[in-house]
Order: sequence, then structure tokens, then C-alpha cells
Amino acid sequence: MSKYIYMDNAATTRVTQEVFDAMEPYFCEQFGNPSSAYEFSGKIAEKVAEARASIGKAIGASEKEIYFTGGGSESDNWAIKGVADALREKGNHIITTEIEHHAVLHTCEFLEKRGFEITYLPVDDKGLVNVEDLKKAIRPTTILISVMFANNEIGTVEPIKEIGRIAHEHGIYFHTDAVQAFGHLPIDVNEMNIDLMSASGHKINGPKGIGLLYIRKGIKITNLIHGGAQESGKRAGTTNAAGIIGFAKATELAVRDMEETRAYESRLRDKLIAGVTAEIPYTRVNGDLTNRLSNNVNFCFRFIEGESLLIMLDQKGICASSGSACTSGSLDPSHVLLAIGLPHEIAHGSLRLTLSKDTTEEDIDYVVESLKQIVERLRMMSPLYEDFVKKNKEASA
Amino acid sequence: MSQVTEYSKKVMDHFSNPRNVGEIEDAAGVGTVGNAKCGDIMRMYLDIDENQVVREAKFKTFGCGAAIATSSMATELVKGKTVQEALEVTNKAVMEALDGLPPVKVHCSLLAEQAIHAALWDYAEKNGIKIEGLKPPVNDIDETEEFYEMQGE
Repeated sequence: MSKYIYMDNAATTRVTQEVFDAMEPYFCEQFGNPSSAYEFSGKIAEKVAEARASIGKAIGASEKEIYFTGGGSESDNWAIKGVADALREKGNHIITTEIEHHAVLHTCEFLEKRGFEITYLPVDDKGLVNVEDLKKAIRPTTILISVMFANNEIGTVEPIKEIGRIAHEHGIYFHTDAVQAFGHLPIDVNEMNIDLMSASGHKINGPKGIGLLYIRKGIKITNLIHGGAQESGKRAGTTNAAGIIGFAKATELAVRDMEETRAYESRLRDKLIAGVTAEIPYTRVNGDLTNRLSNNVNFCFRFIEGESLLIMLDQKGICASSGSACTSGSLDPSHVLLAIGLPHEIAHGSLRLTLSKDTTEEDIDYVVESLKQIVERLRMMSPLYEDFVKKNKEASA
Repeated sequence: MSQVTEYSKKVMDHFSNPRNVGEIEDAAGVGTVGNAKCGDIMRMYLDIDENQVVREAKFKTFGCGAAIATSSMATELVKGKTVQEALEVTNKAVMEALDGLPPVKVHCSLLAEQAIHAALWDYAEKNGIKIEGLKPPVNDIDETEEFYEMQGE
């Protein structure tokens, strides 16, 4: 494919040729606005309707419950702000978790400044939400529970069905940010008690700039984007026909190949974890080893810092990401790694590698070998490692 | 944001081929600055002769690309200088020598300056001398040991 070994599939994915082919006619040829009255556009509107129905079917929803957006962040913003506004008379309390994506966390902080009260549930050392904590956090004023389906950094999959059941027992809406899970894990919105769900195209080999919000029939929600009457009058903006058609194709392929992909990725993921932990001492695997996305690997290498590690990996053609402060543009390392109880210094030395069905055995071998060399090199430069070695020598002397 | 595209060629050079990495045994002065919490710790070793000239400088750094590059450059800049001249190697001088740093990385150059000062302070303390204009260094924080003790590692 290229000279890069791409292991950052949680950041974004390659648009597959099949998806690209499905989208291509809707740029230069069938460019019409699906909302227009004439037949030229009507044909495109039909394709969009088919795409909507097909995506709905993939999660057990009706096509009337699928609303396309500009992406995962917009969907999260809409779900939370929209419900907060619509149910303001009923209450002002929202429950979420400490490990949500910033699209959820910053939206909640925005609402906090406007009189809402937010409970951020803690997680255990694997990143799992405790449902007992959730039950205790529920108040008469709770209007929404928002818990992510699977975490983008450490890959932990939350007990969504159970959380949804608890929400419904209390008559509370349940939203899940499923951006990392949609197309990767089986999802049935009815069986899993989901009322609102965010998903994104570009995490499943679809295009960027297209997402969706599933809104269960009957859920009260205020519009976020005001304007034209697109998306049944709920989300304004000219219909992104190519994006929607590409998203639907990507969903179809992801669902079709899901079992195979998961089995393949899990095998490579476990090979990578085994290789790195065997070759590199003082390495920690973050997240839950059982309830985990099949493509996610997250390590902390003690005594070293993540950005240095990323640059050196980049120099070897390996694309990865880190929860280090230096890569986030703030002084704090990843809030997810802090929430699972890691000290700042350990969190700074984190590395996320996210695989795909394009990842090969050779890629894994190359990454293990490269990491071994790089970590060793950085440790030789690290005063923390120096102190550690001296301390051990003294202890054994 | 790509780190690689934001760093100057000089920064990338000093990161990829850092000068003076290592330790000096029985160094005249050693200084460790920074904060594990923020993700940067620099340790500088200075070998200083009887004429108060820095003969050799070595470093070890835990930190990002800019932290490693500024440490490397700082050791280069103090070598051959008198302690008084070394004290005047500012963060600005380190930055300029590296053809600049991205705004979020300016603190790394400050850390390099502090590392020089801390090593000089150690030298002055050990030898009972006073270096004009030198302030005592700030101690760093380490929360790691406790964590690993808790985990039984």
C-alpha cells in the first residue's frame, strides 16, 4: 500500500476501493442536491434512502431513526445538548464517565457552565464502569446517561446493555458514543437498550465528514443545526449524498466481514502484546484484556516519554499515537490513562497501536523489533531509568 | 498536529543524534530539574576544571523531542565556557541555536536553562563558592515509585 506501517486505525482508516467506487458517481456526475424536485436529484435521493435503510438495518433500527451528521463529534454534541435542552423542565442532571471522548466531555463541561449538573463516573483499573456506581449516581433530576460503547484509547468495551437496562428502569434516556464500536462489534439498539447512538464513517473504512445519530422513535431532542428541513427537519444542511452512500457501503462491508476481521485482528493484537511484553521489560498493557476492541493495543513503557517514542517510530515509518501531554497540546497526559489510575509520569510513556485487516504478521514483527530498539535507546537517555538501575544495584549489593 | 513537521531541522538533528548523552562519574556538578508530572526531567552533569571552565557536559533526559534536543544543545553551548559564562546561556540562546521551537515547547528550553543552573549550583555548593546571580534549583516530584510499590512490582 505504502512505505508506512499504519497502526493508527482508531484515529482514522483507509477508504477501501469498494467504498470509493460506490461514492465516486456522486461527485462529478450525479452531483444534484437530493432535496431538489426534479428527477435528476430524485434518483440520488432514492440512493440516500436506501443507504439510510441499510445502515438502520445493521443496528436493528428503522430508517426513520437514522439521522446523518457531519461526524461523530457533531452526533455527540447533538445527543447531549439536544436532550439537555428538550428535557430541561424535567431535570438538569446528566451522568457520564471520566473516560469519554472530548466530544462528550467538553459538551458536558459546556452544559455545566449553563446550570447543568454532571456526574463523571470513575472507572476501574481496566477502564470499566461499575454499574453499582451508576445506580447510586441516579437522581430524580437525571435526564440522560451517556456512556461510550468502547474506549478510543485503551479499547475497553463497556457493559452497554446493562447500563441501558438500568437507565430504562429509571425512565432515563441512554446515549452511547459508539464511534469506535460501530462496524467493529455487533450492535442491536433494541436488545442493548440504546436510545441515542453516535457513529462515524471514517472509523470503518468510510469517508471523513459523515456521521450519524441514531434517535429512537419518541425520544425528545432539540435540533442542534438549524436551517433547512433536511433529515426530517431535524438536522439542516445539504445532504451529503456521496458521504452517506460511502458510509452505507462501509457499514455493509464492515458488518459482512465483522467476525472474520475480529478474529484476524485479535490474533495479531495478541501476537503484538505477547511480543512486546516478552521483549521489553517494564512494560504495562493498559485496558481490559477480555472486554476489548479487537484492534486496540495500548502500552506504557516505563522511564520514557511518548512523543519521543512516536517520532522515533515515525522515523521507522510506523504511524502510532500516544496519550502523552506533548502530543495532546496540553500539560496533562491522557485523561483516560489518569482515570485508570496511572500516575502522570507513566501515562506520559503511553503508546497506542490500532490495527486493521490490512495489518500483516510481518508488520507486527517489524513493530516489535523497532519498539525494542527505540525503547532501549530512550531508556539509555532517561535519568529515571538511570536512577532505577542504580537503586536496584544498591538493593542487590 | 505533527511533531515532526513543527520542529526545525536542527531540533530534529539534535533529537535524532543527541550530543553528549550520558553520565560523568564524580562530576563537579550534577543538576536534575523538571517534573515527572509534566513529563520532562533533565539531568545535567558538568566537569569543571580548576579555572572554573566547563570541560565536559553530559545529559540524560526524560521528555519529548524538544526536551531531548534542548538538553543536547545546552550541553554543547556550555562546553568550554567559564561557569559565569555558562550561567548566561539562557533559554533564548538555546532556542536560537536550535532555529526556534514551537510555542508549546518553549518550556523545554527553560528547563534546559534550569538544568545548567542546577548543575552549577551543585558545583558551587560542593566547592563552597558563590556564583553571582545563581539561584537554588527547584526540586522535582516523583509519584512513580509509590504506584509500582502499590502494584507489587
